Amino acid sequence: MSTQEHTAAAHVHRDDVGSRMGMWLFLFTELLLFGGLFLLYSVYRFTYADQFHIAAKELNTIVGAFNTAVLLTSSLTMALSIVAIQRNQKLLSIVLQMITILLALFFMVNKYFEWTAKFHHGIYPGSEELLSRQPGEILFFGLYYVMTGLHGLHVLVGMVLIAVMARMTRQGTITHNNYVRLENTGLYWHLVDIIWIFLFPLFYLIT
Amino acid sequence: MSSVAVATGSNGHEPSYLDYKGKHSGILGWILSTDHKRIGLLYLCALSVFFLVGVTFGFLMRLELISPGRTIMDPQTYNSIFTLHGVIMIFLFVVPGLPAVFGNFFLPILIGAKDVAFPRINLLSWYLYMLGGLLAVISILLPGGPADTGWTFYIPYAVRTNTNVMLALFAAFTLGFSSILTGLNFVTTVHRLRAPGMSWFKMPLSVWSLYATAWVQILATPIIGITLLLVAVERLLGVGIFDPALGGDPVLYQHLFWIYSHPAVYIMILPAMGVVSEIIPVFARRTIFGYKFIAFSSIAIALFGSLVWAHHMFTAGMSNTSQFLFSLLTMLVAIPSAIKVFNWIATLYKGSIELATPMLFVLAFIFLFSIGGLTGVMQGILSVDIQVHDTSFIVAHFHYVMFGGTGFGFFAAMHYWFPKMFGKMYNRKLAKVYFWLLFVGFNVLYFPMFIMGWLGMPRRYYDYLPEFHSYHFISTIGSWILVAGMILMVYNIFKSVLKGTIITDKNPWGGETLEWRIDTPPIHENFIEIPVVETDPYQYKMNEPDFKKVSDN
Repeated sequence: MSTQEHTAAAHVHRDDVGSRMGMWLFLFTELLLFGGLFLLYSVYRFTYADQFHIAAKELNTIVGAFNTAVLLTSSLTMALSIVAIQRNQKLLSIVLQMITILLALFFMVNKYFEWTAKFHHGIYPGSEELLSRQPGEILFFGLYYVMTGLHGLHVLVGMVLIAVMARMTRQGTITHNNYVRLENTGLYWHLVDIIWIFLFPLFYLIT
Repeated sequence: MSSVAVATGSNGHEPSYLDYKGKHSGILGWILSTDHKRIGLLYLCALSVFFLVGVTFGFLMRLELISPGRTIMDPQTYNSIFTLHGVIMIFLFVVPGLPAVFGNFFLPILIGAKDVAFPRINLLSWYLYMLGGLLAVISILLPGGPADTGWTFYIPYAVRTNTNVMLALFAAFTLGFSSILTGLNFVTTVHRLRAPGMSWFKMPLSVWSLYATAWVQILATPIIGITLLLVAVERLLGVGIFDPALGGDPVLYQHLFWIYSHPAVYIMILPAMGVVSEIIPVFARRTIFGYKFIAFSSIAIALFGSLVWAHHMFTAGMSNTSQFLFSLLTMLVAIPSAIKVFNWIATLYKGSIELATPMLFVLAFIFLFSIGGLTGVMQGILSVDIQVHDTSFIVAHFHYVMFGGTGFGFFAAMHYWFPKMFGKMYNRKLAKVYFWLLFVGFNVLYFPMFIMGWLGMPRRYYDYLPEFHSYHFISTIGSWILVAGMILMVYNIFKSVLKGTIITDKNPWGGETLEWRIDTPPIHENFIEIPVVETDPYQYKMNEPDFKKVSDN
């Protein structure tokens, strides 16, 4: 390789394997971030098994299951949008990304109604109703709000990211031979999904 | 003796990275630059400022303790000052420390790359660092007063105090994020950007230690992130996760805190060990002894170091089984650390040792780190730990490792790579003078703490019993000697950056690694052509015709 070629190559330095590796490393950090919370959850569940059981009855399993389905479907549309761009079907990819955002929005709206219903029943951190209960129940709802809240924050970030990706796809920055950004966003989105897959049984299905 | 097949320096026409004209000029050319070398210098400037602030706080603390009772400040100020000393030194200096400055500057060069894998994320991590620093400064200035919790933010006090703990928490959180980004950048860089021919076992040893450090940064830091967030949530909403009144457990906070903060001390010390492994072969003119042992011991330290956190909590309440396990694991970490020390000493054996300033700092490192490390093993023993827990023995141990180790390692790196970074040479006679001031001052300052800690002087206390007076007095005298050395060092470095003797020699020390084969100072993208690496690093052959004796004047 001549020097000139090399300098030219250095200016448009691109390493898809490297980018994906960076993304995976970032996902490790996300897993550990939630890992701290899962650790707390397991310690307190072990200490207050019965009270967790009682508290979980307050959550609506059907709404939770519905949201799980919504989020899983959004992971599917996300994966499909990457396949679409690989096959150079730009429009289809954009549509699939938009559907992913809509499903995520749907998830958040559902979550919003779930949370406000809890507030309505006086169950929120520091409320008189909650403080009158047993310690295990207080902790259950404390963890519920913190963990689903942090997860919800990740969903919001994901929605913004996918919106940016959709725009980049439209502008032609993401193409069938340069789609690593979309792929990395997809990886992030699947992480958000998989964390929910653990949150759902731990909070809704322990009744 | 060349380890590189192709000539890698510049053709003499390329401007150095210091003069390089990019898209932006002036100050923007620095703060918007994604050049790893410029980012390294940005970090150096910021870190130096915070380091000096931290030194000032430590100095004031020592001054207050020169005699019992009130000397220059009230107890509340004292509490804030030791908190700030800890937070600044830990989160703003020692944790980012060597990787952010010398790692950024030299990691790509050492593996024969033009930059790190993600240059823009690299710049972002500097901005996050600055934001974290800014938040810390604001927390000092805002009404409410600086946090007075100690750098550990132990619950329940951290939830109850009315000082600006929130801002300090967010500062630490932001700095953690910056550290994570540096870590994932370095791991990817080492995996993806090694020059052709540079297999894993041809990498310089400082690359191995930066690599091990980067993994710890990635895997441990998120835990402190979530823990600090939870303290913030506790303060805002009172969720009760760590509040015994609501069923929570404050000891769990301590566990989570140390799950990060113990590995963090390996984030601090590992890069310094890398620097030592780099400098010793150059100034002993010998191939490093036990390359693979040193390389793997870095990984072993990172692994074991992640499993010993609860030795900070032997007195906090836990089962005998856990106490036994954590005590055992703690002593196991000493093995890879000792392997390194033995290999360094073995490298020196029969070497042609040149006592230049970087080498002096490295020898001081080995001496001080050994004291710090061995007293660490003592604390890993359960019965001893009960006696010395929360005494100034711990403070002495910690400073021997972190300051005597990492701090002196940082100074060694500074004096070793200075000519390459700036194309100037510092005043080497003066450097030796302040080296001795630092070394003597350090020992006079911290050694008495071992003794009084053993006799029962608690750490963090504002006041003390009269029988400890002489130890405190000697210790404070030591802090003056140390600070005198520090002032001379800052003067020398600062003056030499501006007006030092200009150096264009590619290889002033006679080093064998790649950074000594490129221009001084390096050109914008380090290499005209990516080098092809054929031999191991540190191929020193004594009595060779072009053997360069380091001239010392």
